[in-house]
Amino acid sequence: MAEKLLEIQNLKTSFRIRDDYFAAVDDVTLTVNKNEVLAIVGESGCGKSALAFSIMGLHNRAKIEGNILFKDEDIANIAPSKLNKLRGNKMGMIFQDPLTALNPLMEIGDQIGEALLLHNKELSKSKRKERVIELLNKVGIPRPEYVYEQFPHELSGGMRQRVIIAIAIANKPDLLIADEPTTALDVTIQSQILDLIKDLKDEMDSGIVLITHDLGVVAEMADRVAVMYAGQIVELADVDTLFEEPLHPYTRSLFNSIPNTAEKQDKLHVIQGIVPSLQNLPREGCRFAPRIPWIDNSAHEAHPELHEVKPGHFVRCTCYKHFSFPEHSKEEQQHGVS
Amino acid sequence: MGFLKVEDLKVHFPIKGGLFGRTVGNVKAVDGVSFNLEKGKTYGLVGESGSGKSTTGRAIIGLNHITSGKVLFEDKDITGVRRAKTDIRKDIQMIFQDPYSSLNSKKRVIDLVAEPLRNFEKMTRKEERIRVQELLELVGLNPESVLKYPHEFSGGQRQRIGIARAVALKPKLIIADEPVSALDVSVQAQVLNFMKEIQNELDLTYLFISHDLGVIKHMCDQIGIMYKGRFVEEGTSQEIFNDPQHIYTKRLVAAIPEIDPKKREDLKRFRQEVNTEYEQAYNDYFDEEGLAYGLKPISDTHLVALPEKG
Repeated sequence: MAEKLLEIQNLKTSFRIRDDYFAAVDDVTLTVNKNEVLAIVGESGCGKSALAFSIMGLHNRAKIEGNILFKDEDIANIAPSKLNKLRGNKMGMIFQDPLTALNPLMEIGDQIGEALLLHNKELSKSKRKERVIELLNKVGIPRPEYVYEQFPHELSGGMRQRVIIAIAIANKPDLLIADEPTTALDVTIQSQILDLIKDLKDEMDSGIVLITHDLGVVAEMADRVAVMYAGQIVELADVDTLFEEPLHPYTRSLFNSIPNTAEKQDKLHVIQGIVPSLQNLPREGCRFAPRIPWIDNSAHEAHPELHEVKPGHFVRCTCYKHFSFPEHSKEEQQHGVS
Repeated sequence: MGFLKVEDLKVHFPIKGGLFGRTVGNVKAVDGVSFNLEKGKTYGLVGESGSGKSTTGRAIIGLNHITSGKVLFEDKDITGVRRAKTDIRKDIQMIFQDPYSSLNSKKRVIDLVAEPLRNFEKMTRKEERIRVQELLELVGLNPESVLKYPHEFSGGQRQRIGIARAVALKPKLIIADEPVSALDVSVQAQVLNFMKEIQNELDLTYLFISHDLGVIKHMCDQIGIMYKGRFVEEGTSQEIFNDPQHIYTKRLVAAIPEIDPKKREDLKRFRQEVNTEYEQAYNDYFDEEGLAYGLKPISDTHLVALPEKG
């Protein structure tokens, strides 16, 4: 039985907009095991980054309800001083944009050294440098002694991302959260970085939460996948099941809307309508229903829940049973927007 | 008759330095690029960041100064045409990458879309409004929304406003510089479908610039792969993806993530093989400066940058 590392129970993260709180993450329950990559997929505004930031306690003014158990300790709403002992130590984060995540005025060596120093005050300066060079080596940076004294602007995007990863793994974290780690990179660099993250995971035996919108990245990296729509998980399964037999209408629509490199199709599937904004989210009934209006209302549940259709495969709402793609409504779909 | 012909295009940016800001060197962003575009087709320019693909597109439309080389549009030399009010400007339009920063946030939709019309065509207010509403309908937006501001639209809708602007003057060629890179996959699908639709409707030719090989394959008939300001390979979509010849193209195609978790291990092995080959054969495919050689035809449509034999 896999060892549980992170357990999120009924997490609800709400933001205040004009005296009212709106939940961006609405009742999410998840677990991440040791040496496992859990991918969270969805489009912008679905709450995937809000979820990651909630785990790391990076939201400033959000209301967080529910439990986030990290190694059986509840870290939701604990004091920042306590959280700081975990962040950068037992929990590391890889950010999307390596240029904004690094301090432009600080040498690379010092930025990585800082992560070490914060969690181990006794480490001597020479030992620290040794360790930093070791880390730079580990993330595949050539000539680490030279890079140690360089500034971020002197490095390429891929190299910068490697530095970010070096900072994240400096203290051998048990949990790594990677928020769109390769979105800003070219494809050849992307495949190198993904391989690096995978190798490090095996080496450190840590769990990874991978946030991405790219189903290609998911197919390459994930063990299990959670698909999010409008703040909720709509489907959760292991990666092979999800790619072979996606059930929820949203998951299936997503798959159909990516250009396939294997075969050329004439038209891509378009999901009708737009992702509702936080204030306009339908809070009752199936949240995806407005975007598949050709499906009869009776197909949806009044209070959609996650159903376990097969061991480990969860789908929200019952509408997946009645879902099929429309055949002749392409014209409508094109102009149904606005 | 050639539609668009680019001959040995070079765009160099000077590096200023020294005491009096003299030119001490050049960044060769585009260094000898030649290609032909056929009418009604879509030509894809692919490359990693810094390969010069956007600079090529911008140089054609006159947004970058051309150092040397020629751009022929319908057999007219348009190299370095920088004057705004010429017919060329009507015939060639551009769609930009970021729908959030390429629209003036203080202008209403009617002013945004009518701007090109006001520059080139004399219309009364009423005619103008009718034309703008037609355009909005064409791009699938509500014609009633002419008085709205860009922030009232979603990303995909904003990109449609950008497209409405680009097609307002009935251009013949549209240069699309990463038109869907800033959009979510489902919105991306909308915009791509729509671009294909209006291509047929308005008989458009696209120069499609992107780093996303999946999108390129979906959209393009002919593809050129760029590396460090030069072409390394040119061919039909089929030739580039199924039979890449240059080691750089092979590596690029191998790096595309496969939407099938079962193939994960195979793909990783294949990638390692290609990478080893790339490192070993690097010197055979690139000259001393690390630049690609000139293109040599290996079939009617397929050209590869290979060194001179002998």
